[in-house]
Amino acid sequence: MSEYAGLGLFIALGTALVLMFVLLTTLLGPRLRFAEKQEPFECGEHQVVSPYQRFNVKFYMVALSFIIFDVEMVFLYPWAVVFRDLGWFGFFAMLIFLFVLTVGLAYEWLKGGLDWN
Amino acid sequence: MEVGAYVPVALFLFAVIALVFAPLMTWVERKQSALMQDRIGANRADILGIKAIGLLHPIADAIKMITKEDTVPDGGDRLLHTLAPIIATVPAMISFAVIPYGGSYQAWGAEWDLVVADLDYGVLYIFAVASLATYGNVLAGWASNNNWGMLGGIRVAAQMISYEVAMGVSAVGVFMIFGTLRLTDMGFAQQETFRLLGFVEHLGWVGAGTWWVELIKIPMWGIFLQPLAFFLFLTALMAENKRAPFDIPEGESEIIAGYFIEYSGMKFGLFYMGEWVEVVVISGLMTAMFLGGWSIPYLPDDVLVEFLRHGVGLNMANVLAMIAHVATFFLKVIVLIWFQQLIRWSVPRFRYDQVMNLGWKILLPLSLANIVITGLGILIIGEIMN
Repeated sequence: MSEYAGLGLFIALGTALVLMFVLLTTLLGPRLRFAEKQEPFECGEHQVVSPYQRFNVKFYMVALSFIIFDVEMVFLYPWAVVFRDLGWFGFFAMLIFLFVLTVGLAYEWLKGGLDWN
Repeated sequence: MEVGAYVPVALFLFAVIALVFAPLMTWVERKQSALMQDRIGANRADILGIKAIGLLHPIADAIKMITKEDTVPDGGDRLLHTLAPIIATVPAMISFAVIPYGGSYQAWGAEWDLVVADLDYGVLYIFAVASLATYGNVLAGWASNNNWGMLGGIRVAAQMISYEVAMGVSAVGVFMIFGTLRLTDMGFAQQETFRLLGFVEHLGWVGAGTWWVELIKIPMWGIFLQPLAFFLFLTALMAENKRAPFDIPEGESEIIAGYFIEYSGMKFGLFYMGEWVEVVVISGLMTAMFLGGWSIPYLPDDVLVEFLRHGVGLNMANVLAMIAHVATFFLKVIVLIWFQQLIRWSVPRFRYDQVMNLGWKILLPLSLANIVITGLGILIIGEIMN
């Protein structure tokens, strides 16, 4: 457990430094507020449309593949660590698993799921 | 190692990151780009007329950023607007904790392991923490009530989910070779050397101890065992860090500055600080996994200590070895920082579809192929050796 002592200290230091910067800039910076300045930047125009509206998430296919391959990673990591002990059996077991997922990726690729348009 | 011993180890590393590398990166960024573009670069800031080739600019920058006004646009979320740069920067600051910057040393009865947290899931800690920074960037785009910021935030999300997979899968080959996720174990394993032509002897083609087989020895560094993974992993990490050529979330010429368009003062500076510290973290991680960590090539720790102890005694020999190893580690880190800056200032920004294609259609298939090839290689070499 003792290794977490150093980690805790390190996290505390990192967070403290960043918080200090934010606090300093809030305290030391000037405050000159007027309506035009507080407007969101829109290349010199008034804001025409609000960003808070529905938008087309074009990359939802990519997001779905991300979940699949992230789960694949979860399986790969413990397997990689004990790979030498598992030997040929482990290799072929993972080869089948990888093959199934790669077929999925190839299908998505051919169907144009990875294309951006 | 005793709990108290972690305090100086952590403090030293934090001081190096926060007081040396983070400020120096602002200088490196300008000076190296100036060098590559045939300019002089930052050299005006001075204290009492001492200019020190622009080395005082980081101090001037910090003072300027802190004394600027902190603005939040109308309609933006004040709380999230303040939280976002904190969430984006803290992960970069804390992820160096599991990277060993030196080996293990005994001096005057105390043991010193130069790693802040020697976790057995070390690399996973970095992946997990580094992913958190994405939330900061997306939140920054969301909280700004700005269309460009929103676009930047969406782009960050899209890019992160594309490259996190490639990043995770490309590193698997290294874990297979070293059989561990603990970065200190990788560091110790990489001190060994192997005979490049050793298979000739194991196949029985020549007798044991043939001189030209013994001659060519190569350190067991990740880059020699996994050359493809080195480039795939570095590319994926640089894309995760979203600096040029992967800076489409910022894309100055398209969406002005993307997610941090509505930021000013040090809150703006924190996004840059996060990116720069991330460059250092990437270099540290690449060094620990692929470039032998703290080890000096062809000179294992125990040989070095054994050599030094004849002159100065065992305790001092450990201290000297420690200094040599820490210097070696940070030298490798600096070389990788230089390499990343070289890429950053050489290659123009990718188009959006190119970034997506690179992640899904090039990096990911190559990483999967690398796993299969590595597995085959390890097993076949294992058969030959027996």
